[in-house]
Amino acid sequence: MAENNVLMELRNVRQVYGRGPRSIVAVDGINLVVRRGEFVALLGPSGCGKSTLLRIITGLNVPTEGEVLYRGRPLRGVNPHATIVFQTFALFPWLTVIENVEVALRARGVPLPERRERALSLLDRVGLDGFENAYPRELSGGMRQKVGFARAMAVEPELLCLDEPFSALDVLSADALRGELLELWTSGQIPTQAIILVTHNIEEAVFLADRIVVMDTRPGRIAAEVPVTLSHPRQRKSEEFLAMVDRVYAAVAGETQAPAVELGSAPGEPGKTRALPLAPISALAGLLEHLDEERGNREDLYRLADDLRMEIDDLLPVVEAGEILDFVHVDQGDVCLTPLGETFAEASILARKEIFASRSRRVPLIRWILKGLRSAPDHRVPRQFFQDVLEWEFTPEEAERQIDLAIAWGRYGELFGYDDDTELLYLEVPEPAK
Amino acid sequence: MPRARRRFAPFLPPGPVFDVGDAAVLLVVGVLLYLGVRIATGVPLVVPGPAIRLDPRALPGYALFSTGRMLAAYLLSLTFSLVYARLAAYRPVARLVLIPLLDVLQSVPILSFLPVVLLSLSAFLPRRVAAELSAIVLIFTSQAWNLTFSFYQALETIPTDLDEASRTFRFSSWLRFRTLELPFAAQGLIWNSVMSWAGGWFFLMAAEVFVVGGRDFRLPGLGAYLQAAAQSGDIRALLLGLGTLVAIIVLLDQLVWRPLLAWGERFQLEMVESQEPATSWFYSVLQRSRLVDRFVARVLRPLGEWLDMRLGGRPATDQPVVPPTSRRWIGVLFGVLLASGLLYGLGRAVLWLIHVPPASWEEIGKGLLATLLRVTAAVGLATLWTVPVGILIGTRPRVAAVLQPLVQILASVPATALFPVFLLFLLRLPGGLQLGALLLMMTGTQWYILFNAIAGASAIPQDLDFTSRLLGLHGLRRWRTLLLPGIFPYLVTGLITASGGAWNASIVAEYVEFGGRTHSVTGLGAVIARATAAGDYPLLLAATLTMILAVVLVNRLFWRRLYRRAEEQYRLQ
Repeated sequence: MAENNVLMELRNVRQVYGRGPRSIVAVDGINLVVRRGEFVALLGPSGCGKSTLLRIITGLNVPTEGEVLYRGRPLRGVNPHATIVFQTFALFPWLTVIENVEVALRARGVPLPERRERALSLLDRVGLDGFENAYPRELSGGMRQKVGFARAMAVEPELLCLDEPFSALDVLSADALRGELLELWTSGQIPTQAIILVTHNIEEAVFLADRIVVMDTRPGRIAAEVPVTLSHPRQRKSEEFLAMVDRVYAAVAGETQAPAVELGSAPGEPGKTRALPLAPISALAGLLEHLDEERGNREDLYRLADDLRMEIDDLLPVVEAGEILDFVHVDQGDVCLTPLGETFAEASILARKEIFASRSRRVPLIRWILKGLRSAPDHRVPRQFFQDVLEWEFTPEEAERQIDLAIAWGRYGELFGYDDDTELLYLEVPEPAK
Repeated sequence: MPRARRRFAPFLPPGPVFDVGDAAVLLVVGVLLYLGVRIATGVPLVVPGPAIRLDPRALPGYALFSTGRMLAAYLLSLTFSLVYARLAAYRPVARLVLIPLLDVLQSVPILSFLPVVLLSLSAFLPRRVAAELSAIVLIFTSQAWNLTFSFYQALETIPTDLDEASRTFRFSSWLRFRTLELPFAAQGLIWNSVMSWAGGWFFLMAAEVFVVGGRDFRLPGLGAYLQAAAQSGDIRALLLGLGTLVAIIVLLDQLVWRPLLAWGERFQLEMVESQEPATSWFYSVLQRSRLVDRFVARVLRPLGEWLDMRLGGRPATDQPVVPPTSRRWIGVLFGVLLASGLLYGLGRAVLWLIHVPPASWEEIGKGLLATLLRVTAAVGLATLWTVPVGILIGTRPRVAAVLQPLVQILASVPATALFPVFLLFLLRLPGGLQLGALLLMMTGTQWYILFNAIAGASAIPQDLDFTSRLLGLHGLRRWRTLLLPGIFPYLVTGLITASGGAWNASIVAEYVEFGGRTHSVTGLGAVIARATAAGDYPLLLAATLTMILAVVLVNRLFWRRLYRRAEEQYRLQ
């Protein structure tokens, strides 16, 4: 019986972009089962491959390895029983609201009178009656996404895939739309049998889902699965809800690893190069100062995000930068300031630069760049050289971003400089040979 | 008619200056040319032309003929570009061939093909049919490439979310074409159609008056009428003819293109209303008309519905279809046959080229140099006057309001239509055709530069302009630090188009049959025309190939690099 309940299953799914040594593994070793009646949230920071996974589930992408089973059968081509609601709405700007809904039915060959009737009743249900003949550009974000939902419902999908559908909306519209979705889903008004939600918003996942699948980055893997046992309707301010959010935060942030694991190896050497997190250095200083003022020099990640008014997606890279430099460490969902971090937070501008420089010299990527610059005859190396090497491990865009980040770190720590006109990295003052 | 505020980026696919693909494409072009010339050897040296009547009552008929040719060629171009671009965008194997081919074809001076196309077609078709066809082919070659690139680029840049939406909802190819591809490409296609028509008139006028030696390939039409009027010195007929031409162009602009552009606003991808939407009085009239409403509701909608039901069945394939082995064999066989055909053609062409005497090669070399100098001079002189005027118009909205329409009307008259008129006066000047050819080439090129200069100047951000004023930058320094760098990318775009136009114009400007006499100057265009007249086919082949090669090389070695530089360093964004 239990087997029959499985709607969709991923087995050992792996997606690789590009070929040969420069290929990038987007997701790897994914095993996931979605049962009838389940609302599953895929949670993870940007770049963890959760959207890729959604595209594999719907059949838009074919995985490099592994299998997608739908109702026990391997999936070929686009899954006719699934639809997606997109983050960007994906409405055709040249079609009116009703035409946008109708087009999904048109593709299935539903004749005009029936098509119109069904589209009208769907728009009615999402509260868009009266806007049938408006163009998407005349609507607010929340209303546009309602059209997106109506269009997805029009084809009566068994599996409804939601790709961050609320993240482009303002807070109030997102809240309202979440509630409406839950009502449709829990009241059984729609023939949908399972929902998969991709999100980076932990609260949203806890509010909506029955099970949260936490994903890790590079390559995207499933790091943890957290069942949500709270009954609907869930109260955001309740103790249980907050405890649940805390648990998920801890699962997302992970724990600080041993230095060798945390730092990784230098480019060109065996092992994975640790990418520099996409965080401005000023934000890192801000974080350390904030922690320094907290009692016990530690704070819960969730509350930290709230205090600093940051999205968790923006906060995590800053914490990661702190971890790499040994200014903070993460322990059971709490961020703790290390003695070094405390020193940094209380130091003068110049002293900060010195601490920063001495710590970032240990980061393999920075060390590798310094070594390259020292061995060059005039201590100048074109940026492209470093970028080319990095492209063995990163996508070209990521490699470019890594160099930009390294330059920012190098400039802040006055380790090396960069001339944008000549695109050369150079040592500020030629260091004495070691 | 080109317009300010809109800049057409030339299609310059990235890549090395010259690669194997380019060589292959040039080879194919060379062999095709050879075949054309080969077929042409049967054409008699004297071909009688039509009688052109100067009676004003004949004008409407001529106007209709000319417009009909344009329309036929345009429809052909549009169909071609839709099919070609989809092939190139969706079949990776086809793209390998199609994109380099298009890149070479767009930089080839089209008019240099005219003699070969005309002669080869008239070898087996009646004179009138051959002339009509080659006029259409010529216009087609001038209209098709930019339309194709526009559609191809649209297909390549379709937003991922819309693409994924149409795939998850399993649109059929037809539904995808009609709801996604065509609307997304619409604005670009409409703008490029406007450009294509402007360019098309130029080549139509040239094709309608094509005469070399005893071979008269003229076609009854406005171009031939204008030429005949100029030759007989009939000023009244000349003015009537020009008036008709301008009237047609203005009418088409008001009744077709502007309404289309205004209608095309709905295909904006941006979710905000555009700042300066295109407007058209005629479109507003149409929108208010009940008749149009009824036509849309009773005819267009049901027709669309019917088409959807007929063509909508199959979902578009979302995975590349791998041809079964048997079909792959056919492909290989076809490829081998094609390659051997090409090799054979190549061998024969080389044999012909070997037989071209050294004296002729010397003539070609001298001609190439002379034409290159003339093109450079024409483009340079045109730049000298258009850049200051363009900046003047572009930076002063009030001046623009007055001058813009005037300039547009002036520019809308195809230079080739004015050639006979100019010749009336130019041939009397000292230097004769030497000066004349230069001026003729300028009339064909200056507008591109002017319009781009206007567009560039009006795109200079206000804050930069204010800053430069606050800093007290005046006169020469303001030009050097703000205006010239600001318009540079636009200017380069204009110059690329202009130099292409100048090469084309050289064919009709360097060798002129006027008033029963032949006037010519040293130049590659003149060599091509003379070879056509004398039936010297190996020379015709050699000269045409030389011109194509030269233009492609100039484009690759010079313009493409300059364009890159302009895009990278001088982009104001």
